[in-house]
Amino acid sequence: MNSKEFLEILSNSSGVSGYEYRIKDKIISEFNKYSDEIKTDNLGNVIAVKKGNLNKNKDRIKIMLAAHMDEIGLVITAIEEDGFLRFATIGGIDPRTLLGQEVLVHGKKDLFGIIGAKPPHLQEESERNNPVKLEDMYIDLGLKKEDILDLIKIGDSITIKRNLIKLQGNRVAGKALDDRAGIVTLYECIKKLHKLNHYSDIYFVSTVQEEVGCRGATTSAYSINPDIGIAIDVGFASTPELPKEDTLNMGKGPGITLGGNIHPGLRKKLVEIGKEYNIPFQLEVEPGPTGTDARAIQITRQGIPTLCISIPLRYMHTSVEVIDLKDIENTAKLLAFFVTSISNENLEGLLCY
Amino acid sequence: MLLKRLTEASGVSGNEKEVRDIIIEEIKEYVDNIQVDKIGNVIAYKRGKKDSPRLMITAHMDEVGFIITDINDSGLLKFTTVGGIDHRILVSKSVKVGKKQIPGVIGAKPIHLQKKGERLKTLSLDQLYIDIGVNSKEEAEDLVSIGDYITFYSEYVGFGNDLIKAKALDNRVGCNLLIDLLKSNTDLSFYAVFTVMEEIGLVGAGPAAYTVEPDISIILEGTLCSDGPDTEEHLIPTKLKQGPAISLLDRTTLFNIDFRKYIVNIAEKNGIPYQFRKTSFGGNDSGKIHQAKSGSTTATISVPCRYIHSPISVMAKEDYKNTCKLLKSILSEIEKGDF
Repeated sequence: MNSKEFLEILSNSSGVSGYEYRIKDKIISEFNKYSDEIKTDNLGNVIAVKKGNLNKNKDRIKIMLAAHMDEIGLVITAIEEDGFLRFATIGGIDPRTLLGQEVLVHGKKDLFGIIGAKPPHLQEESERNNPVKLEDMYIDLGLKKEDILDLIKIGDSITIKRNLIKLQGNRVAGKALDDRAGIVTLYECIKKLHKLNHYSDIYFVSTVQEEVGCRGATTSAYSINPDIGIAIDVGFASTPELPKEDTLNMGKGPGITLGGNIHPGLRKKLVEIGKEYNIPFQLEVEPGPTGTDARAIQITRQGIPTLCISIPLRYMHTSVEVIDLKDIENTAKLLAFFVTSISNENLEGLLCY
Repeated sequence: MLLKRLTEASGVSGNEKEVRDIIIEEIKEYVDNIQVDKIGNVIAYKRGKKDSPRLMITAHMDEVGFIITDINDSGLLKFTTVGGIDHRILVSKSVKVGKKQIPGVIGAKPIHLQKKGERLKTLSLDQLYIDIGVNSKEEAEDLVSIGDYITFYSEYVGFGNDLIKAKALDNRVGCNLLIDLLKSNTDLSFYAVFTVMEEIGLVGAGPAAYTVEPDISIILEGTLCSDGPDTEEHLIPTKLKQGPAISLLDRTTLFNIDFRKYIVNIAEKNGIPYQFRKTSFGGNDSGKIHQAKSGSTTATISVPCRYIHSPISVMAKEDYKNTCKLLKSILSEIEKGDF
């Protein structure tokens, strides 16, 4: 499967934080083709391992690559007498992005619905000038309560219904590209490793619950206990309303994060690899903890040297996130060449402060 | 399916060609005369056994949408709305741009980078733009131009208990009713008029009425329906699945009381459910039609549609069927000569 096909499957699938069981099989079936071992842990993280082929000893370095499979979404909180549903958000959702969306309610089966609210002409002028509040919105399934009760229940997850949209060039728009684009990057990376030799065991981890506090990375990093941890997530790409210095350019390669969350020696190596293999990259500055799985990995056990790589993405946490497929390809390439460059011989030097 | 084709076609006010072409293709074999007037209205005549009174039935072809006003250096499209659209509905939606139907999206600033309180403010048009995935103005200009029309991207979907979701049900549902009426056997002659530019101020209807000079007109619409939770009963304009909505008054017309009662009687006599459109909000082509030349009698009959003027308007199939039934009954009653 190529990266666009896999991204389309993952973006169109649902897996809200805590409900990743809905998407994990699609990830397992693809990674299974290229990994030596694959397992799901207690929280639901999918861990695929590709063992090093250059070092036959047992003391192989462990490198953990993490991308999160969960997405922001909604959850049913009430079923009204007239069959309309009330809901709450999971993860960081701007309520302004919800009005007038088509949704899928994931009950016994997926039910199509619409997010509605009191129409503008029935609103007071003060209401009309302000965003519609989350508590004033509802989901319209076009069904009566008695028809609904057998199919769905309070606590079922809801996602916006959006099929991946092909834009011009290599760009696509859709929901949950944060961070399914990261999962696809891991997938492209593991495919590349089949054609390359490497000393280390590479753990490809599709983590859960990143959007609500990087919880999957916390437990998976503990159990793997890697020598190096790398989070592959999305980064803010430039748009007119954002300051240039806070953003990455679309199509210009992955963002390599700099700052306290990042091991300086490893980061230097990563930059060298980018230059050596002529892979375009950009720098992204985050002095404090990144809001990514890299944060959770860094403070696992006695501390783990960590990197964070960002795929440029526009309109983060809307249902029309835009990415450039070229950036996925370049990120995967950078990752693959980086992990193959790490050996038992050079690691100590790279990690030396 | 015709309603799917009609709703998925692009026909923003002033750019109705795609819809007009579908309509003409559909009706040409069923009418005796068809003309497109000087501003784009389709005026068709279907001869029956009886010519009087002179009856005109209308539906507007256009829909609310957008138009490109500028293309910026990075190839993002600035736009303005055509017709009444609540700007709060625009964020995080997909659209189709221009003749080539280029896909685009309307994004928003990531929640992570918003300043405190930003989320409590509505995004205005000058903060929004359309991203079609290009890098520069030049790349964009190869595909689209200033003045290109833009529609919501929304597919026709059947869902729930016999409901339909689509864009532009206001007023492709009226167009579809009128087409169905032309295809059915009616003994009364009538003019079927598909108007342009209703959504930007009832532009097409006046000239069309001037041409046709009707004694009686029936305006077909998809109209406001807000029967969701939290709406007090007396504020509900129409409800879904309660039958065709007969207008009492709106901002453009005080509908003829005798004609309205006549229609109500027909509905009751034939056991067709109906409701009144119980709001004075909004207006439609009747506003121009009843005042054309020396004036005439009008009525508006509508299919209730939830969430109109958005990408996700919703109607019930049974309301469509009952509206169709009512229209046919009205025509046969008028033909008998008792109005």
